[in-house]
Amino acid sequence: MKSLKTLVIAAALSFGTMGVVQAQAPAAAPVEAPAATPVATPAPAVTDAAAPATDAAAVPAGDATYVPMKPVPGVGQPVDGGLNFQPQASVLGQKAYGLSHHILLPVITAISLLVLGLLLWVVVRYRASANPEPSKTSHNTIIEVIWTAVPVLILAVIAVPSIRLLAAQYEPPKKDALTVKVTGYQWYWGYAYPDQGIGEYVSKMLTPEQATAAGEPYHLAVDNRMVVPVGQQVKLIITGADVIHSFAVPSFWIKMDAVPGRANETTFTVTKPGVYYGQCSELCGVDHGYMPIAVEALPMDKWKAWVRSRGGNPDGAEAAAPAAAAPAPTGPVPATTEAAPAAVPAAVPAAKN
Amino acid sequence: MTDIAATAPVHGHDHAHDEHDHVPGFFTRWFLSTNHKDIGTLYLIFAIFAGIIGGVMSGMMRLELAEPGIQYLHGWAQFFDPAAGDTQAKHFWNVLITAHGLIMIFFMVMPAIIGGFGNWFVPLMIGAPDMAFPRMNNVSYWLTTVAFVLLVGSMFVPGGSGLGAGTGWTLYAPLSTSGSVGPAVDMVIFSVHLAGAASILGAINFITTIFNMRAPGMTLHKMPLFVWSVLVTAFLLLLSLPVLAAAITMLLTDRNFGTTFYDATGGGDPVLYQHLFWFFGHPEVYIMVLPGFGIISQVISTFSRKPVFGYLGMAYAMVAIGVVGFIVWAHHMFTVGMSVNLKMYFTAATMVIAVPTGIKIFSWIATMWGGSLSFKTPMLWALGFIFMFTVGGVTGVVLANGGVDTNLHDTYYVVAHFHYVLSLGAVFSLFAGFYYWFPKMSGRMYSEVLGQLHFWIFFIGVNVLFFPQHFLGQQGMPRRYPDYAEAFTYWHHISSIGYAIMAVGMLFFFANIVYAYVAGKKAAANPWGEGATTLEWTLSSPPPFHQFNELPRIA
Repeated sequence: MKSLKTLVIAAALSFGTMGVVQAQAPAAAPVEAPAATPVATPAPAVTDAAAPATDAAAVPAGDATYVPMKPVPGVGQPVDGGLNFQPQASVLGQKAYGLSHHILLPVITAISLLVLGLLLWVVVRYRASANPEPSKTSHNTIIEVIWTAVPVLILAVIAVPSIRLLAAQYEPPKKDALTVKVTGYQWYWGYAYPDQGIGEYVSKMLTPEQATAAGEPYHLAVDNRMVVPVGQQVKLIITGADVIHSFAVPSFWIKMDAVPGRANETTFTVTKPGVYYGQCSELCGVDHGYMPIAVEALPMDKWKAWVRSRGGNPDGAEAAAPAAAAPAPTGPVPATTEAAPAAVPAAVPAAKN
Repeated sequence: MTDIAATAPVHGHDHAHDEHDHVPGFFTRWFLSTNHKDIGTLYLIFAIFAGIIGGVMSGMMRLELAEPGIQYLHGWAQFFDPAAGDTQAKHFWNVLITAHGLIMIFFMVMPAIIGGFGNWFVPLMIGAPDMAFPRMNNVSYWLTTVAFVLLVGSMFVPGGSGLGAGTGWTLYAPLSTSGSVGPAVDMVIFSVHLAGAASILGAINFITTIFNMRAPGMTLHKMPLFVWSVLVTAFLLLLSLPVLAAAITMLLTDRNFGTTFYDATGGGDPVLYQHLFWFFGHPEVYIMVLPGFGIISQVISTFSRKPVFGYLGMAYAMVAIGVVGFIVWAHHMFTVGMSVNLKMYFTAATMVIAVPTGIKIFSWIATMWGGSLSFKTPMLWALGFIFMFTVGGVTGVVLANGGVDTNLHDTYYVVAHFHYVLSLGAVFSLFAGFYYWFPKMSGRMYSEVLGQLHFWIFFIGVNVLFFPQHFLGQQGMPRRYPDYAEAFTYWHHISSIGYAIMAVGMLFFFANIVYAYVAGKKAAANPWGEGATTLEWTLSSPPPFHQFNELPRIA
C-alpha cells in the first residue's frame, strides 16, 4: 500500500512539477478553496496549487477558472431531523426514488397498518370478557389460499418496476461517458481521469477547522473533490487498494464496493450542478468513518476549466477514439465496457504489494 | 391436530419420586450434566449472562452516538490499554460492533432459543424422557462457553490497530486477513468455530431426538409447532454451519499459512468469502427466528384457547422459509459488483420469502380470530412480536429490491431492519417463551405486574431506539461509524434515549426473576388453563428430574 501511495504522489508531482515552484502565488487566488489551506497533506496541496498555474498558462482568456463550489444546505447532504431520502440529483436516482417512494412505501405502510388493524380488532373483539367461548375453527382452505395468493400478486406487481430499475441501472454506459477511476485506500479516496490525462489525486477529509473555514459540513467535506460535468453520463471504475471500501453517494443513488483485485463499474448522470456528499460504506478499519466522498457537478464549460486547472485535456473524452486518448498515468485502465464488467477481474492489484 | 393431551397419562411427583428421582450432587448435576432440563437451564443462564454483556456494549455504543464527536471511546479503550490513543479509541469502536454482533447472535439468541428452550421443551413436548444423545448435549453446551471465553478474551489481545478484533461480525477479508494482524482475529475465528461445532452437535441431537423419540401416536403432523420449528432450524444449522466452518478455516490459513483464498494477488477473491459467509449467514437469520415462530404459535394458541389455525400451512411455511432461505444469500452483497442477472434473481428469490412469512402472520391472527383472548405477559410479547416482525419484514421487502438497496445498503436502514426482526422479533419471542415457560421451569409464578411493565417499557424503548434509524438510513447515515456529520444528530439522539427507556424495561425483567424466586407463588402443573394443550403442561412444575418413564400415548 505504501508503494502505491508513493506512486500516486509521484504521478501527482509529475503533473504539478512547474506548479511546485509557483505554489505560493496562486494559493491565494481561490479563497474558499479548501485544498489551498496549507494544513492539507503535501501531495494534494501541491497538485492543487499547481492547477491554477497551468490553467492560467494554457487557457485563453474567457474560459472561467475553477473555484470550488459552495454546497447548498439540503442538497447532496443530509438534513438534521430529515425523514426521507436525500433529494435525488441523478437520472437513475429519480427513477429509483420513484419506485421506493411511490410504490414500496405505500405498499409496506398499508400492509403494516392492515396487520396492526387486524391485531387491534381481534384484541378488542375477542378478548375473554367479550367472547368467553372460543370457536373451534382451525382451518379454512379458501382464506388460506387467499392469503397466499394475494401476497404473491402484490410481490409480482412490485417485481416489475423493480426488475426494470435493475435493468436501467445496468445499461451499458454510452460511448461518450466520462470515465473516472476511483480507488479506495485506508483511509481516503483516489480519483483519476484517464481519458483527460488527469493522474490520480487523493481526496481526504477536512479537519473541523478547515471545513468551517470552507463553509462545508465537517465529516463530509474533502480537500479534493471528484468533479464531473452535469448532464453527461459518468462511468466509475471502482477498485480497492488494501481492503474493501464502498463508494457511495446517496443523492445519486449509487453505491459500489471497492474490492481489491476487481474493477467494479457503475454509472450516473447528474441533473443539477451542486456539491454532493457521500461516505465510505463498507467497514474498512479504524478510520472507516473518516473517508467521505464529495462530488461536484459543474456545467460543461466550467468542468472543462476544472480539467485544464488539473492539467488535463477536457476534449480527450470527446475524441473520436477514446481508447486511443491520453494514456493513464497510473495503473492500467480496464478497457472493457461490457454489460457486466463487474465480474471481470482487473489488472489493478499490481498496485498492491 | 395438536389436542394431544387427551390421553396422556399424568406423571406427577408421586410417580417420579421413587427410584428415578435421585438428583446427583451439585458438581455432577451442573458440570457433568446429561439432563436435558438442566442443560437447558445452563443455556438460559448463559444466554442471560451473555445478553447482559452484549446489551451493555450496545448501551456503550448508543451513549457514544448520542452526540456527534467522540466522547467516551478514549476512556474505554484506556481501560483495556492505558496507552491507548486516538487510533486505539476508534479501533475500540470496531471491537464493540464486532463483539456486540457475535455475542448477541452466537451467545445470546441461539443459546437461549435453541439451547435453552429447545433443550427444555422439545423432549417434553414430544413425550421423550431426554434428548437422544445426553452426553453430546453436554459437550455442546461446554463448547459454547469455551467459545464465549475465547471471544471475550480476544478483546484483550492485539488485533491490528488496537486490542481486540475490529472486523465486524462478518469477518470480511481482507480486513480480517491482511487488515488485522495479531491474535485477536484468530481467537474470534476459533470462537466461531467452536460455537459452530457446538451448534452442529446440537442440531444432530435435535434431529435424532425428534425423528426417533416421539411418544407413541405422536406423528410428525401432530407435533407441536415449536418442535417443528426446532426441527427445521436444526436442518438449517446442519447444512449451513459447515460452510461457515470452511469459510473461516480458509480465513485462518490465509492469515497464518500464506494461502490466498481471499487475496486477489494470489489468484483468490475477497468476494468468495462473502458468498461462503452469507450462504451460512442468511439461513442463520432464520435459525434465530424460526424457533421464535414456534414459541409464538404455542403462546397465541394457549392464550386464545384455540388450536393453531392452519397447522399444516404453518408447519410447511416454516419448511418453505428454511428451503428458500438457502437460495437468497447474495442479497447481503448487492453492492459487491455482481451481474445484472444475478441481482435480478436474488431480488426475486428474496421477495418470495415474504409469502410463507405472510402465511404465518395471517395464521396467527386467524388463530386469535374467534378465540377467547387473555392478555397475560407472554401473550403481550407475542402480540408485540407479530406487529414488530411485520414492520421488520416489510422493510425487508424494500431491501430485497436490488435497485433500491443500492442506496440503503450498509446504512442505518439495514440496522433498523435487522433489529426489528431480531431485537424486536427474535428477542420478543424469547421473552414470550420465557414468561410462558418460566412457571414450568422454575415452579414459581412471576409477577404479572412486573412482567407487563417490562413489556410496555421495553416495547416503547426499542421502538424509540430503532424506528428513527430508518430515517437515518434514508438520509444516508452509514453503518459502523463511531461519529457522524452534524446533520444526523437529531435522530441519533432520539435513538439513544430509546436505549435508556429499553434499559429501564430490562430492570423490571431482572426484578421479576428475583421476585419469582423470593416471593413468587408456587406454579400449578398448568397455570394457563385449557388453552395449554401440549404435553409439558401434563407434568408437574417444575417437572420431575426424569419424566415420561412410561411413555404417554397420543390419540
